[in-house]
Amino acid sequence: MFPMPVEHWKPLNRRIYKLSLPIALLIWLLPMIAVMVTSIRSTEELTEGNYWGWPKHFALWANYHEALTTSPMLHYFFNSVMITVPAVAGAIALAAMAGFSLAVYNFRGNTALFATFVAGNFVPIQILMIPVRDLSLHMGLFNTLPALILFHIAFQTGFCTLFLRNFIKQLPYELVEAARIEGAGEWTVFFRIVLPLIRPALAALSILVFTFVWNDYFWALCLTQGDEAAPLTVGVAALKGQWTTAWNLVSAGSILAALPSVLMFFAMQRHFVAGLTFGATKG
Amino acid sequence: MIDSASGIAPAAVVPPQSSTAQPARPATPARKGLSPSARRQRRAAWLFLAPACLMVAVYVLYPILTSISLSFYNWDGMSDKTFVGLANYVELMHAPTFYTALKNNLIWLLLFLLSPPAGLAIALYLNQEVGGIRLVKSLFFAPFVLSGVVVGLIFSWFYDPTFGLLAMMLGHGIPVLGDPHYVTFGIVFAALWPQTAYCMILYLTGLTSINAEQIEAARMEGAKGWNLLWYLVLPQLRPTTFMAIVVTIIGALRSFDLISVMSGGGPFESSTVLAYYMYDQAIKYYRLGYSAAIAVVLFAIMLVYIAWHLRRMLRNEH
Repeated sequence: MFPMPVEHWKPLNRRIYKLSLPIALLIWLLPMIAVMVTSIRSTEELTEGNYWGWPKHFALWANYHEALTTSPMLHYFFNSVMITVPAVAGAIALAAMAGFSLAVYNFRGNTALFATFVAGNFVPIQILMIPVRDLSLHMGLFNTLPALILFHIAFQTGFCTLFLRNFIKQLPYELVEAARIEGAGEWTVFFRIVLPLIRPALAALSILVFTFVWNDYFWALCLTQGDEAAPLTVGVAALKGQWTTAWNLVSAGSILAALPSVLMFFAMQRHFVAGLTFGATKG
Repeated sequence: MIDSASGIAPAAVVPPQSSTAQPARPATPARKGLSPSARRQRRAAWLFLAPACLMVAVYVLYPILTSISLSFYNWDGMSDKTFVGLANYVELMHAPTFYTALKNNLIWLLLFLLSPPAGLAIALYLNQEVGGIRLVKSLFFAPFVLSGVVVGLIFSWFYDPTFGLLAMMLGHGIPVLGDPHYVTFGIVFAALWPQTAYCMILYLTGLTSINAEQIEAARMEGAKGWNLLWYLVLPQLRPTTFMAIVVTIIGALRSFDLISVMSGGGPFESSTVLAYYMYDQAIKYYRLGYSAAIAVVLFAIMLVYIAWHLRRMLRNEH
């Protein structure tokens, strides 16, 4: 263990360490806590200038109700869900097949294809912007949810393929061999043998990709116009311009935007961290 | 690595003992005579790959080529394109904003590299077994899952000169986001928050996999503190450090969300970076060819880095 475990410290230092933890946490999360407190502060209090004290009356219901009803927040939220869920499912489905193929079959061009998928990950997204926007316009998809869904599927497939290919490569190859000897076709090998074994990796990857797509702002800006297909990130950013002084509403909106990915993270933390570090170390 | 981090353990899956000797990978078939099963496998390989390849070709490869060719044209998105050769690049070389953007990109890059050491420091601080530490670690990590928009909003408010937290702490307001000298630093500081959290989690996972016996042995010899960290722990953490630097560099070059939300590249384009400059030229001024040229420059910078990374990765494979 490094550093020296606290059990071996002097009792006083140990006590100090334990005391310091909540304080450090408070400082680290201060901006976030401030936003949460503001989101339940009433407008009167804000106009009085009570920004940082503890709220005297809580306006939890009123603020969130207002943020949800006076702006198309729910609509944005719905858009975000309708973009993120299919995009994650699509990217993972494509990547599982591609990753399987790259890991199990030995064919000419395997490495080159793999390298292409990896490189695709690191490409600065700006170089894709104008052509993708153009493509969406030509397909009649501009300012619709499918435009964003299709793009996210394509872009996330690269990362997911890298991840799953490495994961499948770690499985014992004898499994595939054995199944083939039993007479299983290639699809059966993939669907019945490999897919069940990579379920944990799929879970890790889904959460990771979920947060990537949910938090996307750039593509939402490029491929939508107005409220129709705009996801939550665009909606919340627009709130800032609309009500410069209504920080309680902006805060409520931000909390709504942050909530799904934060909840997702806390619910599936182990998978999330595993995915992140696995993808990272192998990437 | 993954085994220690979670329950995901591919190695733990017990393979049914296949009785066949020599389960060689499908050998490269000799000449024409592909066996039927080899042929079937090859077909399967391509069928499995086809959908992913198609999507990547349409949405990644083709756009890259189109952008590069577009950078030699003048185009407003509606009328016909006119070929202008290198004019866009020449103009770029003479645009002061381009240099501002380049300089800011460099500031982002350098300051962003503070996040691996900061993440390491927090990871060392939290790498203890006390009650509730799991929750503390996750809460420290939480900023990373926030969207750039939310982080941007939180910090715009933090910096607000009339009622922001910073103004309250200092006793007087500083218009951080309204001052060309401070704005980039203010935004990078905000961006360091989630990035440090990211590096921290990488290091926390890295620390679980270091060799405890070696550390104990060194302690017996009397090594401690900085020496131990510098000569024994850090070398073992080298893969983690490499990774932390990789993701940090990519993050720095990708910076867009925070700039867009916090300053819109302003005031007077003083906080713009290549990514934002490019977006601005395309969306606000409809200068698509010029904008593509900026993207190509950004791509070229990144390409050096991608090539280096790919080479290293593929070398490890063999």
